[in-house]
Amino acid sequence: MALPSRLAVTFMLCATLVSCSSDDSTASEKVTVFATASLVDAFTEIATAFETANPDVRIEFNFASSSDLATQIIEGAPADVFASADVLNIERVDTSGETMGNARAFATNSLAIMVEAGNPQNIRELSDLDDPNLVYITCDESVPIGRYTAEVLARANVSLRPKSYEESVKGIVNRIVLGEADAGIVYRTDVIAAGSSAEGIPIPDDLNVVATYPIATIGDEPSATALAFVEFVVSSDVARSILRTYGFGAV
Amino acid sequence: MSSRFGSSRFGSSRFGTRQFGRRTPVAISVLAGIAALFFLLPFVGLLVRVPWSDAVKIATDAEVRRALWLSLQTSTIAAVISALFGIPLAWILSRVHIPGRSFIRALVTLSMVLPPVVGGVVLLFSFGRRGLFGQYLDDWFGIRLPFTTAGVVIAQVFVAMPFLVLTVESAFRQLDARYDDAARTLGGSPWFIMRHVSLPAVRSALVAGFVLAWARALGEFGATITFAGNLAGTTRTMPLATYLALENDPSSALVLSLIMISVSFLVLISLRDRWLETPGRSTP
Repeated sequence: MALPSRLAVTFMLCATLVSCSSDDSTASEKVTVFATASLVDAFTEIATAFETANPDVRIEFNFASSSDLATQIIEGAPADVFASADVLNIERVDTSGETMGNARAFATNSLAIMVEAGNPQNIRELSDLDDPNLVYITCDESVPIGRYTAEVLARANVSLRPKSYEESVKGIVNRIVLGEADAGIVYRTDVIAAGSSAEGIPIPDDLNVVATYPIATIGDEPSATALAFVEFVVSSDVARSILRTYGFGAV
Repeated sequence: MSSRFGSSRFGSSRFGTRQFGRRTPVAISVLAGIAALFFLLPFVGLLVRVPWSDAVKIATDAEVRRALWLSLQTSTIAAVISALFGIPLAWILSRVHIPGRSFIRALVTLSMVLPPVVGGVVLLFSFGRRGLFGQYLDDWFGIRLPFTTAGVVIAQVFVAMPFLVLTVESAFRQLDARYDDAARTLGGSPWFIMRHVSLPAVRSALVAGFVLAWARALGEFGATITFAGNLAGTTRTMPLATYLALENDPSSALVLSLIMISVSFLVLISLRDRWLETPGRSTP
């Protein structure tokens, strides 16, 4: 008897907690935004600003690599807005028959080498990553950061042997911050977001890429709110200044 | 909990089955039918969408063969390690009165109900390169588990061993202790009794536990990708390859899933026929 009643109490407690925490969800319009992993910090702040200006609206995010998100949308995931780290994955969604509004570029980014805080391996340039004892990790080329990285390495004429392929750029960052990996190539904005927990080494402009971030609404009849959020991201001063704070370039 | 994985339940089918339709209530048949359909329908959905014309080409692709070979190797090693350490643990849990035994049992079987990715996180923070213990493995022995095949095996053992421990422990518990007593009065040493009386008596549970652990290790995904990473030939097992394929090429993910299902299904079927329906062996 003791065990079932204890279980019952546990379930009741859980149920109470869940019902309390979801109380604030009433009477508001929801916009589901699928955004690439590198936008986590900037978009979370932009959403807060948008919600403050529009108290009836609630923005919900799904953050993953652009390629994961594109696959999810193609398979029918309920996205209202898609912000990708490259044009390719927006086009993938477009050609799959999933209708979308006109994609508009809203930010640019570039790449940097990320190493552990204090740079213990003394990495100075891309060719320093070519060391069998160094734990270098990246993403598959289907993920935007993986393809951008391949472009940069080809220009620098460096070929590397990754120890692992992570699911998104945030996976690379986390492994380096945790100290499991020594180095990876990430977005400049990831280095800024990591602060003192990791260190960035710039990649020269002549080797670097300019990653253009497009945003678009999904579906035949996008809601006015979804269109308003896209407009807010693309052209409001607030969003632009937030993006600039996190290191994104203007279009 | 103890009888679900117990050998007696698996072995009792010869005595407990009824002729279908004679005394089976309709409601029970309907509910059981829905349960069976629930497991059948997803496979029908898979089989219908498998691109059969390309299936052979995808299945024999070098990357796929590498992933399958890595999976078979690591899951077999993981099952052997689980048996090596899990059988003694099961014996202790069933026979020795140690304080906090139910706490230990809960701890040992915790990873069965944990989300595997949580298993990966705890492994990372304990045996990772900067983990509490992992840093000494690196400093003293130069051993690093993340991004290595050894890391894959560790992740698999972590999630698979409980299946073996539970199965074998339950069999040990149901074993009549008087067999041990009889052997002891005849002068058998504890080691002799273990090898020649107890273990043979729970043989079908040992096989069932080993195979369950192996199958769980074969299917391991979350702890592997979190703790060991993802690199072809080193840490990219079949579940990881299937997941990656789903992002890039869903039709090949279907073929990879079919391979995993076939391998596991064949093993479970052969297990049932060859070992689990042998009456009398393990239920004295």
